[in-house]
Amino acid sequence: MTNFHDLDPVDARIAARGVSVYYGDKRAIDNVSIDISDEYVTAFIGPSGCGKSTFLRALNRMNDTIAGARVEGEIKLDGQDIYKSGMDVVQLRARVGMVFQKPNPFPKSIYENVAYGPRIHGLSTSKAELDQIVERSLKRAGLWEEVKDRLAESGTALSGGQQQRLCIARAIAVEPEVILMDEPCSALDPIATAKIEELIAELRGRYAIVIVTHSMQQAARVSQRTAFFHLGKMVEYGKTSEIFTNPREERTKDYITGRYG
Amino acid sequence: MSPAIPILLALALGLIGWLAARGRAWALRKQVRAAGKDLHSLPNYHGWYVALWILVPALLFSVAWAATSPGLVLAHVLADPAAAKLPAFGFERDAILSEARALASGSTDAVFNQSARALVEPFREAMQRYTLIGTLVTVLLGLGGGIFAFLRLRPDFTARTRVERAVMAGLLLASLAAIFTTAGIVGSLVFETFRFFQFVNPLDFLLGTHWGPDSMAAPMQGVETSYGALPLFWGTAFIGAIIAMLVAIPLGLMSAIFLTQYATPTVRRWMKPLLEILAGVPTVVYGYFAALTVAPLIRDLGQSIGVTSASSESVLAAGVVMGIMIIPFVSSMADDSIAAVPQAMRDGSLAMGATKSETIRRVLLPAALPGIVAGIMLAVSRAIGETMIVVMAAGATARITANPFESMTTVTYQIVAMLTGEGSFDHPATLSAFALGMVLFLVTLCLNFIALSVVKRFREAYE
Repeated sequence: MTNFHDLDPVDARIAARGVSVYYGDKRAIDNVSIDISDEYVTAFIGPSGCGKSTFLRALNRMNDTIAGARVEGEIKLDGQDIYKSGMDVVQLRARVGMVFQKPNPFPKSIYENVAYGPRIHGLSTSKAELDQIVERSLKRAGLWEEVKDRLAESGTALSGGQQQRLCIARAIAVEPEVILMDEPCSALDPIATAKIEELIAELRGRYAIVIVTHSMQQAARVSQRTAFFHLGKMVEYGKTSEIFTNPREERTKDYITGRYG
Repeated sequence: MSPAIPILLALALGLIGWLAARGRAWALRKQVRAAGKDLHSLPNYHGWYVALWILVPALLFSVAWAATSPGLVLAHVLADPAAAKLPAFGFERDAILSEARALASGSTDAVFNQSARALVEPFREAMQRYTLIGTLVTVLLGLGGGIFAFLRLRPDFTARTRVERAVMAGLLLASLAAIFTTAGIVGSLVFETFRFFQFVNPLDFLLGTHWGPDSMAAPMQGVETSYGALPLFWGTAFIGAIIAMLVAIPLGLMSAIFLTQYATPTVRRWMKPLLEILAGVPTVVYGYFAALTVAPLIRDLGQSIGVTSASSESVLAAGVVMGIMIIPFVSSMADDSIAAVPQAMRDGSLAMGATKSETIRRVLLPAALPGIVAGIMLAVSRAIGETMIVVMAAGATARITANPFESMTTVTYQIVAMLTGEGSFDHPATLSAFALGMVLFLVTLCLNFIALSVVKRFREAYE
């Protein structure tokens, strides 16, 4: 049984209950329950193949794009079950944005990359309004100063760290409620990583942020809540400070002290 | 004695050499192993080394001898007193000689020209002598090579590296064969084109608008006016690059999108090979499909909408069928380049809340565009070089018109027409086929070159 620490009662933006994810016959996630709040950055840690990315992708139904993937249990966003048949995936993904492991800007201009979401969701009625959205998003992603003079250049011409911030700008351009980040720094060098981590700290409070990471130091630096996954189960969930200083489970302790992983 | 005998002898010698050398290597191995060492190469490599030294010189010589000995035989026969009675006129003389040769080698026993009989005996004698010489030299070369190689066998002899080098040389020769053939084709094309341009001004050829070569007319008659190839270029472009592509691009692209993005794996497994069968249908089958089925339909359609000039051979019929033939090219190139767009790109778009078709339209197709364009260029170059369909369905009339219901002729059609006629090879009408071929070759070469470099740059962008 999952070991929950005593947490301050918060309004859960996302409430998952008894979630299992299957790829064909293989169960990748087994009976996970978790509350994710607006106020905190939540980190998912665990060894490779433990299912943390799978669970993250279940939160905006990105597993739907994988043939044979199936989700059981209940995931509620603002009290609404996202796997109910009435749920519009397009709407859901506008509310729950995602940033991927490898920066994946579209082969379009920087401007068009950020304007992509607002355009497909019809968020702006005029060019001026769209310009504003693009500028605001790039500013929030901490990229505006670096690219404001070359918005027409290709997004793929930026450096890796800039590309990843462009992807974050692209995600926040549609004003999501939640941003899911799937190992967003694993393809970046330490300086670019530090910038992304700073950015996460700035975005905290405006959006509920969930980050999957391989680096325990990163989880400790950016998150206030940490969930430890192992072999498809969530072993332990609690305040980041407690998980790292005083884990209740032997397996958590072994992992964070580097006994396996 | 048959010319196959030296070759068989060489092969037999090679086998003997292989066995002997391997046996020798075994014996050597026994010796050195007793001293705690081992051979540099396995015994088989020693066998191959000796066998190669026997086979390569012997076979090279037999091939060379097969090419030169008929000339030597002939020289010998002509030196015979019986040859003095031969007529001097080339054609008759050659006929008698070849008849005598056929009699001597036993491939025929009836004789038409009695004067050939006198030459049979000298022929038979010369052939026997030269075959004997050839066989002896072959065997001697094989033996010499084999003995030379066999004497070099030592425990530390590097037979393996040498055999590997021989394998590499063999493979290199095989690949050079294709390159030299291409060079030879281009060379003959250039040569004949040059001869054509001695009759006809290149500018008249490329820009003239009247095409009507007559291979029966005197060579220099009307060369200024009847070799304007512009109508052929227009016909080729109209059929291959315009109508065929209007059919092939939308259908090919849409089927590629369906197969990569919408089809389940099972559907894809069935549909992709079925689509590719289209590429395997012989073009002559497309040709009669175009001529017998599509063309009449199109003529009736044209007449029913009031095009009185609609003919039973039409640009539209040939173009549409060619477009269908080209669909697999476009779709498999588009399929490849869409599949080469990283999954991350698709995920990124879907995660923004884009629908599947929005993702395809706004992200996948723009990203795959260079590859798709390259595929289309390859398809165009294939289409303008296509012959059978236009020969059967497009007609022979050289004209410049934009009416797709009329018949029109193409470069490939005219090449066929010029070369299958009665014309001789120094008449400009026949030579014009080479000039047309040259133009076609240069255009398709450019298209392929551009397409391949686009594809290459596109591949690099995602690595």
